[in-house]
Amino acid sequence: MDEAAAKKVIVETLQGKKGKSKFYLKDFYAMVPDGKPREVKNLVNKMVEEGILEYWSSGSTTLIGLKGVGKQAGAEHED
Amino acid sequence: MAKHETPLLDELESGPWPSFVSDVKREAQFRKENPRNINFQIPADAPDDLLGVLELSYKHGRTHWKHGGIVGVFGYGGGVIGRYCDQPEMFPGVAHFHTMRVNQPGGKFYTTEYLRQLCDIWQMRGSGLTNMHGSTGDIILLGTQTDQLEEIFYELSHNMNQDLGGSGSNLRTPSDCVGQARCEYACYDTQALCFQLTQDYQDELHRPAFPYKFKFKFDGCPNCCVASIARSDMSFIGTWRDDIRIDQKAVAGYVGGEFKPNAGAHSGRDWGKFNIVAEVVDRCPTKCMRFEGGKLEINNKECTRCMHCINVMPRALRIGEDRGLSILVGAKAPIVDGAQMSSLLVPFLPVEEPYDELKAVIEAVWDWWMEEGKNRERLGELIKRQGFQKLLEATNIAPSPVHVKEPRSNPYIFWKAEEVEGGFDRDITEFRKHHLR
Repeated sequence: MDEAAAKKVIVETLQGKKGKSKFYLKDFYAMVPDGKPREVKNLVNKMVEEGILEYWSSGSTTLIGLKGVGKQAGAEHED
Repeated sequence: MAKHETPLLDELESGPWPSFVSDVKREAQFRKENPRNINFQIPADAPDDLLGVLELSYKHGRTHWKHGGIVGVFGYGGGVIGRYCDQPEMFPGVAHFHTMRVNQPGGKFYTTEYLRQLCDIWQMRGSGLTNMHGSTGDIILLGTQTDQLEEIFYELSHNMNQDLGGSGSNLRTPSDCVGQARCEYACYDTQALCFQLTQDYQDELHRPAFPYKFKFKFDGCPNCCVASIARSDMSFIGTWRDDIRIDQKAVAGYVGGEFKPNAGAHSGRDWGKFNIVAEVVDRCPTKCMRFEGGKLEINNKECTRCMHCINVMPRALRIGEDRGLSILVGAKAPIVDGAQMSSLLVPFLPVEEPYDELKAVIEAVWDWWMEEGKNRERLGELIKRQGFQKLLEATNIAPSPVHVKEPRSNPYIFWKAEEVEGGFDRDITEFRKHHLR
């Protein structure tokens, strides 16, 4: 799968998820099954840099979701 | 007069020990008086409101902080931890109270100018409250607001040449002891290695890469001043392969009272005359020492590098000359599965730039953990779940007796059929000739 196709799959998979808006990095490995963990990690981080995805961190763990999606994004942008 | 009544917190000041409540109150008072006319960029009463929200939590028996956040600085996926109060109207000063982690200087060497600059930034753009080198080791700046994050990062990086540290599922801020800069026990240059790996693994440090947190810590000797063996997923502990160097004249000096044991560290009371047999020889965990006829002997093959004898008689005993480090893996504080110490993976590696051999081990461990680790599973938990043998296979390290902590109780290593001559199948007819059914 080339980079553009992998990005498309990731975005479409996330858009299709009901209920949850944030995912572990490992969940992204399953979305791009032919990519090595390190390649998928690099792609996900690139998509954050491009503003497609965003990180959410509890301090100990990091989750990743579509930018602006989810309760926290709304709450944090209230002001 | 304090902004909030805090009778429960005040109790924490009543003991003989220093209290963080007193520290926060002092900062609250400083910000109220503002004798240096600081142009506070977040509410001046943030420390007051912090005391207020903590008092309320004590009263209710539950937290009033919300969990986590999406805030950060551009390009980084770590170093900033979002914190929000769920009572923002009652405590507006801490409505946003984000934490920033700063990558501490190697060996925690600062100049006073550095500390002053750091505190000036934080008093102006944050709450003024810090947590210096707690269990995580780095510098933690407690409490600022979202619009100050980029400003603080700019000032840290441009004016102080200072980077943020790691948080979340990243490589955490690597931490090292003072090493050869000040310590004669250091078996390698901890600061050089810590610095180089920090540079080489910038991506892992600043952007999430793993199933969970990952910590490197660098101890120059087995005294483990940064407690790498207890706190890091990968501990780099200095060691030596040859013999402890003995200066028999200095041994006699300790026995005769010329030198104070432990360099005088325990001089608060009179311990009586130094007794080398009771205080050194008999305390050796492997019983590898002997003191006879005024001469100290060490059976170095049995030495486990506990450092006790060297610590007691530093003038007489010195680390060997063939030095390097051991790599241990899998320590963690209690998370899913309780506290765990590191297990020995590589008994000895010479420490030579550009550290390729060492980095090959690190990257093989990471590849295995990234592939096999479950979400929020530390390396030590994966080793426990899949077995140490799997880690040896992943890192291509041959099993050896040093990998066995306690023979027969946790050998870790099991033979496979292909490793045994003839496999596990046997000729039952031949067996029955000698063993009746």
